[in-house]
Amino acid sequence: MTTSLTGNHGRDLLRQMLRIRRFEERAAELYQLGKIHGFLHLYIGEEAVAAGSIPLFTNEDAIVATYREHGHALVRGTSMDHLMAELYGKAAGCARGRGGSMHFFDASHRFYGGLAIVAGGLPVAVGLALADKMQGRTRVTGCYFGDGAVAEGEFHESLNLAALWKLPVLFLCENNFYAMGTALARHQSQPDIAAKANAYAMGSDTVDGMDVLAVETATSRALDLVRNGHGPYLLEYRTYRFRAHSMYDAELYRTKEEVNDWKRRDPTATFEQHLRHAQLLCDDDLQAIEALITSEIEVAVAFAEAAPWEPVQDLNKDVSTRQRDA
Amino acid sequence: MTKMTYREAVRSGLREALRRDPRVFLMGEDVGRYGGTYACSKGFLDEFGPERIRDTPLSESTFVGAGIGAALGGMRPIVEVMTVNFSLLALDQILNNAATLRHMSGGQFNVPLVVRMATGAGRQVAAQHSHSLEGWYAHIPGITVLTPATVTDARGMLLTAVQEPDPVFIFEHAYLYSMEGEWEDNQPAVDISRAAVRRPGKDVSLITFGGSLWKALAAATDLAQAGIDAEVLDLRVLRPLDIGTILTSVRKTHRAVVIDEAWRTGSFAAEISAQIMEGAFFDLDAPVARVCSEEVPIPYPKHLEDAALPQPDKIVKAVHRLLK
Ligand SMILES: Cc1ncc(C[n+]2csc(CCOP(=O)(O)OP(=O)(O)O)c2C)c(N)n1
Ligand SMILES: [Mg+2]
Repeated sequence: MTTSLTGNHGRDLLRQMLRIRRFEERAAELYQLGKIHGFLHLYIGEEAVAAGSIPLFTNEDAIVATYREHGHALVRGTSMDHLMAELYGKAAGCARGRGGSMHFFDASHRFYGGLAIVAGGLPVAVGLALADKMQGRTRVTGCYFGDGAVAEGEFHESLNLAALWKLPVLFLCENNFYAMGTALARHQSQPDIAAKANAYAMGSDTVDGMDVLAVETATSRALDLVRNGHGPYLLEYRTYRFRAHSMYDAELYRTKEEVNDWKRRDPTATFEQHLRHAQLLCDDDLQAIEALITSEIEVAVAFAEAAPWEPVQDLNKDVSTRQRDA
Repeated sequence: MTKMTYREAVRSGLREALRRDPRVFLMGEDVGRYGGTYACSKGFLDEFGPERIRDTPLSESTFVGAGIGAALGGMRPIVEVMTVNFSLLALDQILNNAATLRHMSGGQFNVPLVVRMATGAGRQVAAQHSHSLEGWYAHIPGITVLTPATVTDARGMLLTAVQEPDPVFIFEHAYLYSMEGEWEDNQPAVDISRAAVRRPGKDVSLITFGGSLWKALAAATDLAQAGIDAEVLDLRVLRPLDIGTILTSVRKTHRAVVIDEAWRTGSFAAEISAQIMEGAFFDLDAPVARVCSEEVPIPYPKHLEDAALPQPDKIVKAVHRLLK
């Protein structure tokens, strides 16, 4: 971990990780209470990746993410109110409640989903970057996906095309070592994901995804390369999901010991310790952070509870712009 | 009035679209150096350059998806997929992203993308190059599905499509590329919402689209010799369907034969038939009939391919059965 860290910055990174953690803990409770339905994929354990990488993108850049995207949208800046309302399925949600947990969208933050077809976002990210390149803009598109996506043809097609056309895409693979219940070693002949970039003459790096500062350093370096016209880049963050794949799974595919080993590397706890050792965080600081988050969540829950449902007569609205289908 | 082939019409529409709007670009397999699989973009690389005429690798899913992304990013991509058979590799992007994003994002994102592809049989290229799957695409809410059958539509629909805010899929029947048609200069913009009556008649409605239009017109000529006055409807747009024009025709003729080059089971013809039943049941003097492809993979030898597809004589027979 670097030493040049300032207190403000360190506390902000911790705050963002804790925002994700507490938001999702609350979401899980609300799920049990029957307020949230369908699939709810928690990011708990992986917060360092979003917290360390998302803030490095500018407002002009674009983000494409997966169905495990609560953290990305939160750090990107979509208000927690609108995200919570989306989890509830309310009309005030960031996608008018139509997508729920897996489909956060926010045009004002250039957040293009929330896409739940594994690897389906990669081609879209390539196209967003193509549009930027063709229009002479220096924006970058950040495309998040899991290790499972690496097995899909679209991963390979997209890396190839982005590299062939030198497009400003940063591919950010969140390798949590499982695609649902299938361990990386059971789905990849070559489990070194970063190495796959070589096949496409693309630069890549492997990053400790449990260390928010390592995430920040590596992402910043990669982003500079992409932004400066060196073409796309692949980052593989090694991280771990502490919870079930979605809300329920028997977790037959991994041992308690393995989960506990990874929990010892909890990105929020280890970073908190780091800040304390560096005298950048005291009990009061942490309490203040937690208190702010608690009230942000309470406000968001109240907002979602009070928000109206989309009227049924609007069901067909926005199937197409011209509404000729109606 | 000038004569031009369907291929030239597509090419002229593409060129015009590229000239009119700098956001328009063409991307797909062999659209550049090769000049387009069906020569629809011959010469474009020289005229517009490699930035706007983009040869892609054989990655249907990714270059269609990249078209979606580029459209989201402010461009007006025209993506060429060689044939509908290969579009299946891009079906996920088409259905789960292109068609879905606007609604699922609560109206925040729309995808102004045009995808063109060849469809249909009749050239002895066997079962993996002869599908007619446009009816499948017409199943999907959120996209527009066009089947130009004339040179005017081949050119004009494209020009209208590139101005649409949402995804438009254009199915060009491969058999038609070499067909010549008459072209009127200075035509008004071509609409992409209405079916067209290509031949007015009073005894029976022949309802069809794409490559089968010409077979239906040939059948109508034959029927006229037997004193049967057939009306021929060209649907032009499969989604959103102009059911009004269909029902108006059926209410006049009281009989309908739907001609569709796709397999009969679950075909678009079945949808038309159902909608006629829903909207004009009591106007019918006979059950709606269908002339579709036989339920086989389209075979290579000419006599078998011909036997598998709708043909004018099959349409004539179907009409005679209705009038009996
Ligand atoms: C194309 C596709 N196949 C299967 C699924 C079902 N599915 C949803 S998530 C998932 C595992 C994906 O694993 P990974 O990419 O590693 O992401 P993670 O869930 O670990 O974040 C699967 C198989 C899907 N959504 N899309
Ligand atoms: Mg995974």
